[in-house]
Amino acid sequence: MTESLDTYKSQRLKEENPSNSIRAMNFKSLIYKWAVFFAMILSLLSGFGIFTEALAESATPSLEETLPDLLTKSFKEKTLVAERIAESADPRSVKLLEAMLNGKLGYIKENKTMVYMNKVDKGLSLTDALTDQSKGTLKKNEVKKVATNNKLRKTLRGLIARAQLANTDSTVRKQSVLRMLETADGVAITALKNQLETEPKKEIQELIQVAIDLNKVRSEPHQSLHEIQNLSSRLEPEVRNALAAIASNETLKASDPDVVDASVKSLKIIDGKVSFYKKLETGFFGLSLGSVLVLAAIGLAITFGVMGVINMAHGELIMIGSYTTYTLQQLMPSQIGLALVLSIPAAFIVSALFGMLIERGVIRHLYGRPLETLLATFGVSLVLQQLVRTVYSPLNRSVESPSWLSGTLEINSVLSLTLNRLYIIAFCLVVFAALYFLINRSNIGLHVRAISQNRQMARAMGIRASRVDMLTFGLGSGIAGIAGVALSQLTNVGPNLGQGYIIDSFLVVVFGGVGNLWGTLVSGFSLGIASKFLEPWSGAVLAKIAVLVFIILFIQKYPSGLFPQRGRAAEG
Amino acid sequence: MNLKNLISASAMIATLNAPNVLAADTIKVGVLHSLSGTMAISETTLKDTMLMLIDDQNAKGGLLGKQLEPVVVDPASDWPLFAEKARELIEVEKVAATFCCWTSVSRKSVLPVFEELNGLLFYPVQYEGEESSKNVFYTGAAPNQQAVPAVDYLMDELEVTRWVLAGTDYVYPRTTNKILEAYLKSKGVADDDILINYTPFGHSDWQSIVSEIKQFGSAGKKTAVVSTINGDANVPFYKELGNQGISAEDIPVVAFSVGEEELSGIDTKPLVGHLAAWNYFMSVESDENDAFITSWKEYIGDEKRVTNDPMEAHVIGFKMWVKAVEKAGTTDTDAVIAAMVGIEVPNLTGGTAKMLANHHLTKPVLIGEIQEDGQFEVVFSTDSEVPGDAWSDYLDGSKDVVSDWTGEMTAGVPCGNYNKVTSVCSGQNYQ
Amino acid sequence: MLKLLKNDLGGRVFLTILVLTTVFVPVANLLLPPDNPLYVSSYTVTLIGKYLCYAILALSLDLVWGYLGIMSLGHGAFFALGGYAMGMYLMRQIGDRGVYGNAELPDFMVFLNWDSLPWFWSGFDQLWFALLMVVLIPGLLAFVFGLLAFRSRVTGVYFSIITQALTYALMLAFFRNEMGFGGNNGLTDFKDILGFNIQAAETRVALFTASAVVLAAAYLACRSIVSSRLGVLSMAVRDAESRVRFLGYNVTNVKLAVFVFSAMLAGVAGALYVPQVGIINPSEFSPLKSIELVIWVAVGGRGTLYGAILGALAVSYSKTWLTGAFPEVWLFALGALFILVTIYLPKGVSGSIETLRKRR
Repeated sequence: MTESLDTYKSQRLKEENPSNSIRAMNFKSLIYKWAVFFAMILSLLSGFGIFTEALAESATPSLEETLPDLLTKSFKEKTLVAERIAESADPRSVKLLEAMLNGKLGYIKENKTMVYMNKVDKGLSLTDALTDQSKGTLKKNEVKKVATNNKLRKTLRGLIARAQLANTDSTVRKQSVLRMLETADGVAITALKNQLETEPKKEIQELIQVAIDLNKVRSEPHQSLHEIQNLSSRLEPEVRNALAAIASNETLKASDPDVVDASVKSLKIIDGKVSFYKKLETGFFGLSLGSVLVLAAIGLAITFGVMGVINMAHGELIMIGSYTTYTLQQLMPSQIGLALVLSIPAAFIVSALFGMLIERGVIRHLYGRPLETLLATFGVSLVLQQLVRTVYSPLNRSVESPSWLSGTLEINSVLSLTLNRLYIIAFCLVVFAALYFLINRSNIGLHVRAISQNRQMARAMGIRASRVDMLTFGLGSGIAGIAGVALSQLTNVGPNLGQGYIIDSFLVVVFGGVGNLWGTLVSGFSLGIASKFLEPWSGAVLAKIAVLVFIILFIQKYPSGLFPQRGRAAEG
Repeated sequence: MNLKNLISASAMIATLNAPNVLAADTIKVGVLHSLSGTMAISETTLKDTMLMLIDDQNAKGGLLGKQLEPVVVDPASDWPLFAEKARELIEVEKVAATFCCWTSVSRKSVLPVFEELNGLLFYPVQYEGEESSKNVFYTGAAPNQQAVPAVDYLMDELEVTRWVLAGTDYVYPRTTNKILEAYLKSKGVADDDILINYTPFGHSDWQSIVSEIKQFGSAGKKTAVVSTINGDANVPFYKELGNQGISAEDIPVVAFSVGEEELSGIDTKPLVGHLAAWNYFMSVESDENDAFITSWKEYIGDEKRVTNDPMEAHVIGFKMWVKAVEKAGTTDTDAVIAAMVGIEVPNLTGGTAKMLANHHLTKPVLIGEIQEDGQFEVVFSTDSEVPGDAWSDYLDGSKDVVSDWTGEMTAGVPCGNYNKVTSVCSGQNYQ
Repeated sequence: MLKLLKNDLGGRVFLTILVLTTVFVPVANLLLPPDNPLYVSSYTVTLIGKYLCYAILALSLDLVWGYLGIMSLGHGAFFALGGYAMGMYLMRQIGDRGVYGNAELPDFMVFLNWDSLPWFWSGFDQLWFALLMVVLIPGLLAFVFGLLAFRSRVTGVYFSIITQALTYALMLAFFRNEMGFGGNNGLTDFKDILGFNIQAAETRVALFTASAVVLAAAYLACRSIVSSRLGVLSMAVRDAESRVRFLGYNVTNVKLAVFVFSAMLAGVAGALYVPQVGIINPSEFSPLKSIELVIWVAVGGRGTLYGAILGALAVSYSKTWLTGAFPEVWLFALGALFILVTIYLPKGVSGSIETLRKRR
């Protein structure tokens, strides 16, 4: 009993001593922030004409007076100037702020005139920021950019966004509301309420309602039981943070226990949903890791699985695919997206050619001696790595992602799927389907299978074994090249690219069962998902080790993998 | 492959079982940087930098009336091979000084060799500190010249209150993060507001970790990532940040291992606005820097090649060595070591680098934001040079330890790790 | 002993050279003045010492690959484990001479705030215990791993791939700083071995001599194994495993015995290697190192024992030489060597010599 009393006392002490209590400190700073933002938004909204009546005639300085202050070096002062520009109620201000945000605002060093800068061939073409008159073209070193930093840009973005609540573009409006969720109150809330009446999109209507509810919850928590219950359906982090603040508010617990209980309940609902979506997300991560593994391994499933060649240069064939992508992008710098699409067939061809060269030059001499193909192809991999170092440079090369590959598919504020990963999963499935069709349905596939099952008999039937060998190896290598195109979007393109995937690829093929394409697919995806579900509680390294140990034990128990080959071929 | 290499090759065969009979009237300078293997990416540039510096010096008439002769060997990113090659350079090639290494483990591997054979080593990369050897001059940054000022900037200018310390699992990130954790706590940051995460070398699948960072950063406080992620793992990390929609304005990342050279291999679009802390940026405007960049581009024959911080460290280290040899009038190791302390040379950012008694340098600290062209725009710099501190004040094990190879602060015994409390010198000059 | 080497010309030649080197090098290093043309520098002593350790390692692989027909791509793991056991002993010998002056804990532990020595480090302050572990740990790992693998008849390529996975997993594990083995930096900055300064010329020569003696002993041991019943059986397993099994022999036990012995030998090689190169770190576990090791044996020629030694020495020396002389192209040369040897000298150098001799 005494013990619990002491704990209680010490807790109380902590609460009362602000320097010891983070919570109390935050509360204080929150109030301070509210005050600041209230003032800011008040002036802001008035400046942009959303609120014309109340404050239109305030004595804000004109843009002409304010602008020269931007010449200061201090970012803090610049922030203040930017806010003053926003306040100035001048129609030019949004354009100014946007130019500043994008690094296009500068001044001529000689006479300190503020100008908009546009890159042209031999320097910068300039227009006066105030008068919009052309100032001709100057060299780069005669003009200086108005430097911004991270924080200033965030402020600028906020200032611009808040002016866009009534924008015609619904995504801009949504962004604008989202930026106001955390801080909106007072005048901003009135503006939001006005927008709510005219807002056509349901999604944004709901979001505005959240902002209004949140404001109520923050400003009058003891009267916001209803809002707190309503908010339980939302997943925005701002909602969660506001509810968490109430749930742990000691004074409120004493005065309005039902409000606190309600927020605890709402929090529980939200947390339940969040953890559900997090699991979905982990599943997605697993699929995406799996698709990378499958892509890297599927070429090997052909060369190793079907032909029995231990191709240690497989990773380097992947690397060649990536370098092909890089080269194509260098050749068509203005069309990186098109270059990426074109590099899929190009990488296939280049890697396949390299593969066939390796087959003709090295592997042909080593059939029936699988372990020795390992040694020779290891030599090949060293040569290819050094070749790339000599031709390109030992440095990593930069492969750009086209804009349609970046970004996310947002399901809700907790779960958003990255587009490039989605594309790669789809790409992996397409490649798999094509390969599966080729091996199981086409004439050449028939030959490949025949050779792998009984070489002598196949040759007796008139199949040109050595040509089929070459083509098969070329096919496997070409697929590796295609994997390289996909990997160039995810990771480094450099001489060591291949080494990172070779061991994993072999394990995927062996785990899935040699000579079985389905096995490779299933094993790649299951290993990907397993390691992603292990990762959160064991860390990335232990997860990988655990997966490796599992595979070792699995193969020791079932040497032919998940999908063992049946029949006579299994003995070969 | 030229004749010179062939000759030195055959000379080497001759020397494997016989002492060096070709004692020519040149001064040999060892260049021990990986030209193959995983570290070739970073180290090849440093080899080229050294060759350029040596060429320049020879054009100016050499040193002590002799020409300098570079001895380049390839330790192939293989740590025991580093030790073997170091021994070869000192014992067989009899080099006067060696410019070596990138990773901490390669330095740790050659260190006993240099101490045993009394060689002279210049190490050009920012590192974790906690070391001071008589035979080594650390021309890269100690943690107090990079990590701590960067955190100060985030705290003061960007008002960051929640911290992710993400690093590759090896000694440099481990130490840096330990120092930073102690430092942040001393500034009143709560345990809950610090997230520490380690990943293996070359980690390429960052989905889960970036998602975790995103969640950690959505708690309503300004969050920043302090990244000690090494080399190759950076590209997929930044790409994943960009893809998951985390912009530099939401959660800025300040990196200690990402420089111009690394950026030249990255699509920089998703990185714009993220930060890096170094002691040199290519974009700094100064006469020394302009001259250096011009001669570098000319030497390498590529207008697009960039310069970076460890290159500047080699420039400073080499100039200091030249000055010290001239001062000592000999390349004898002990004489040069004695002459080194106190030497000042201009750095490339318009200031002065001074060699301190703990074998570390004074360096300015610069913080830059990544631009779309792969360069940095300086957003913060210290008013004056910061002296490098070998032993961190924020770690329990080392806060009482000082290093002074002149013996002034260490009771007359030149010592790399002298405990002020117990008055004991352990490590190299252990009695 | 002579009887053992009766039909082994290569072995006799090799052992003769080894004995001569072992006598000459210490004398030339310790007794001759440095300006004597026959003087051997400490650099060379250590370098040859290192090669000799590689030779022991190659020997251990040849035993399983050349005579048992199983290609282990994880033999580097046993080597590294032996090395770590020795490294731990050497770390404990540093005592309070580390940079932090902590008598109990190695520097990296002080650095990572460990309060006390983890249990698995206890005992390693005694050389006999460390030496015991040098053979026991690799042996035990090989036993468990081999038992599981051989019982379910994992052979050929599959065995190679899971041994590769084994060494890869160990590498990742040892890279972790939490493991308590120094993470990426590994164990380094050794001072003493048995009270002798590890950097002294005499100690180097002693370590060199020890390596040479162990190599000779290992060679004789391997030779006697392959000439014994066990050796004959293992060659039979290599050539026709099913038939041996049908004849009623326990193939698993034969394989296990040879594999475990080989792993122990690799561990001993690692233990001799570490004090001479002065560092052990997880990169020794890297699959690439194990592949390189296989290449040595392939180049030298497997199934002859002395061929493996020849391969280890030749490839390591050319690596030393090429990395110094032609740093930019040595990978081309090494790669080309592997390709050419596999295609044109399938039995390696020694195998080709044997073939030539038989033809005469």
